[in-house]
Amino acid sequence: MSAPHAKLPGWVDYGVIPLVNLVVAFLVAGLVVLLVGESPIRAAALLIEGAFGYGEGIGFTLYYATNFIFTGLAVAIAFHCGLFNIGGEGQAYVAGLGVAIPCLWLDASMPWYVVFVVVIFGSALMGGLWALIPGYLQAKRGSHVVITTIMFNFIASSLMVYLLIDVLKPRGSMSPETRTFAEGGHLPKLDWLFGPLGIDVGGSPLNLSFLLALVVSFIVWVIVWRTRFGYQIRTMGFSPSAARYAGMKEARIVIITMVMSGALAGMMAINPIMGEQHRMQLDFVGGAGFVGIAVALMGRSHPVGIIPAAILFGMLYQGGAEISFEMPQISRDMIVIIQGLVILFAGAMEHMFRPTIARLFTSLGGGRKPQPATATE
Amino acid sequence: MSDIAIELKGIDKSFGLVHANRDINLRVRKGTIHGIIGENGAGKSTLMSILYGFYQADRGDILVDGAKTDISGPSIAIDKGIGMVHQHFMLVENFTVLENIMLGAEEGQILTSGIARARNELKRLENEYALEVDPDAIIEELPVGLQQRVEILKALYRGAEILILDEPTGVLTPAEADHLFRILAQLKAQGKTIILITHKLREIMAITDEVSVMRRGEMVATRTTADTSVEELAELMVGRRVLLSVEKGPANPGEVKLSVRNLTVRDSRGVPMVKDVSLDVRAGEIVGVAGVAGNGQSELLQAIAGIRRAETGNVTLNGRPIDVTGEADPNELRHRGLAHVPEDRHHMGLVLKFEEAENSILGYHDDPRYLKSFFLDVEAIRADAAEKCARYDIRPPDVRLKTANFSGGNQQKIVLAREMERDPDVIIIGQPTRGVDVGAIEFIHKRIIEMRDAGKAILLVSVELDEIRSLSDRVLVMFDGHVVGERSPETGEGELGLLMAGVTDQEAAE
Repeated sequence: MSAPHAKLPGWVDYGVIPLVNLVVAFLVAGLVVLLVGESPIRAAALLIEGAFGYGEGIGFTLYYATNFIFTGLAVAIAFHCGLFNIGGEGQAYVAGLGVAIPCLWLDASMPWYVVFVVVIFGSALMGGLWALIPGYLQAKRGSHVVITTIMFNFIASSLMVYLLIDVLKPRGSMSPETRTFAEGGHLPKLDWLFGPLGIDVGGSPLNLSFLLALVVSFIVWVIVWRTRFGYQIRTMGFSPSAARYAGMKEARIVIITMVMSGALAGMMAINPIMGEQHRMQLDFVGGAGFVGIAVALMGRSHPVGIIPAAILFGMLYQGGAEISFEMPQISRDMIVIIQGLVILFAGAMEHMFRPTIARLFTSLGGGRKPQPATATE
Repeated sequence: MSDIAIELKGIDKSFGLVHANRDINLRVRKGTIHGIIGENGAGKSTLMSILYGFYQADRGDILVDGAKTDISGPSIAIDKGIGMVHQHFMLVENFTVLENIMLGAEEGQILTSGIARARNELKRLENEYALEVDPDAIIEELPVGLQQRVEILKALYRGAEILILDEPTGVLTPAEADHLFRILAQLKAQGKTIILITHKLREIMAITDEVSVMRRGEMVATRTTADTSVEELAELMVGRRVLLSVEKGPANPGEVKLSVRNLTVRDSRGVPMVKDVSLDVRAGEIVGVAGVAGNGQSELLQAIAGIRRAETGNVTLNGRPIDVTGEADPNELRHRGLAHVPEDRHHMGLVLKFEEAENSILGYHDDPRYLKSFFLDVEAIRADAAEKCARYDIRPPDVRLKTANFSGGNQQKIVLAREMERDPDVIIIGQPTRGVDVGAIEFIHKRIIEMRDAGKAILLVSVELDEIRSLSDRVLVMFDGHVVGERSPETGEGELGLLMAGVTDQEAAE
């Protein structure tokens, strides 16, 4: 039968509609800014200036974006399997151990590139393990991953508080964090990459993990769209009954996908720990696991969408900090409101403007070749 | 007053880029049964949804009793005396008949007086139209035929003068369908106007006074039923002459390829759906399983295919047992020569959001032909899919098009191409032509016969009795989980119908 939504060309679907959603989100956010008595236009200018106006700002924006790419990919790969992994926060947190322990152990004896390799596997392993349990419970016991992963966030939080305070904190220190790593636990900054482009990212924490995030994005694309396992993931996600019909091992696919998702979330821990702070601190994840959900939604669970979506949220983080610095009226919470609006319009109400745009598109001559009710015989 | 109950003038409706109805004109005379026939997707349901106020037309006028009417919602349609019996009943399953009939016409917050009134009115309607039904029965405990009667009563209770029935016989046994037709004739005699939407030509010939034919969103012809023929209507529907009967030579059965013994299967709620079923399918024959939907045929197919676990029973494929009560693996069965065209192609046989080529390997994604170590060999997959498109006349032949954008017939051809091109020994097929246009039905039937003649053993399940009779070499009838009889395909429809309705083997034969 005739579908309620007609098919639109790709550039409308993936370009115009997200853009309209974003514009509306910013318009509503502008109203909020107006409500607290500040100029939305100046706020917008500050936001963009703060995020992209100067080298360091760009560096910070991309630094935050790095976190969101990892967590966004984590949510996306689970989405493809029909799983809603909202435990990225906890998986990344626990994965901090997979970063910090190799760093503490090897930082004095090994060069950074050796430690880096160990840390990539360590973080993926820890994040993956933390997602394995909810994945197993979903596959074998039918416990919904939404419930278990969110619960595991709390467990992760308590576990890490305990470890940081009672185990990993150097004796005599007052702050719940590991010692600062020696040279072998520092990832190189990216000045060498951006310098020639005339961008001085000098003071920002932007580091090699950004490139790792881009490589991992490509690997995720290959896994999901170009491997047999990815084919099975997508079959499961679109239609579990088709997967059963095809003889796929559903439980195995669910578990492995959750481990992959956790591993991706886990790699996010490299960026703040080995890339910026050079030590593991309490709450270093800072909500990136949850932002990843919005990033995956906005990016349509595709790496090509996730990278710009992550940069957008990086911009909101960095530019938002700038706004709250310049406009005391606007606190950090306001930035959270703006982020919330973006999530609301780009994620939850993604299809709100779709019918209108489809109609507009048809009347503007896009419908020159109206299709009959069924595909033509 | 005019003698035209409903007139549609220039109705036009698009959904985005899909033009579902274009410039439709239709006149339905008062006190007649007017059939609307067309293939799936021809726009019949859209047109009726416009008449009932679910959708608004982009252009065009609706005249009820000669007066132009703006039907902006179902409540207006009801006010104007238009009632609709939907294909999928709109009943609250755990309410009684009376409660369902009152739904939306409760007359106030306190139900007592409303109930009394409804009960009297229901009694009157029952007497007037011979529509007996127990007002205090719970809907889900009623057989489907009676549930449909409740839908009709519901419309009449709301004062419907014009009744629209959307594919009313899809879920009925032949006997129930005959009963429905008698009710409709009775209603017509009382002066009601009936619009019957169907894709079954036989029903049109049996009961309507006039018939309008739709094709691809357009109204292509209106005929007086007495002056037309099945052949003419079929031709109008598809736009060319089609073969309704299947040409096939005598079967040449060989050794037993698929053997089922004492199979019992429960559904997910633990209700036994297949009870102690035994059957054999030989190489080079088609065994048809007839029955009203929901009598265990689906579970039978799924258990054989390894998708649903059986409780007891033995099944052998090519002489070797299948572990149907344990971990039978659809994947392994495929390798052993079992192909499965599932009943529900939308949820099982295909992933609608996949590209065509991706669906052409579903279940065969382990085949080394499609792989380069861990990676999919996308080029090989697409080339293979394109070849299948050509051989099975799948249109459009675009292997990267999303499967949801193919018509029902072409989707089914995608499944058939995938399953048949593997040269299996045994093919189990569920509802091969459900939701498939007439042109494609012909093609699909031919392919099934070809597979038989190539020596495959074929087990065919269909709720279309005509299809079973024209394709099968032997017909088994299932009722309430049992195989209640075996007949030759030449057996009369009446006798098979009786078996399908649960009359015992002996009685049916008499």
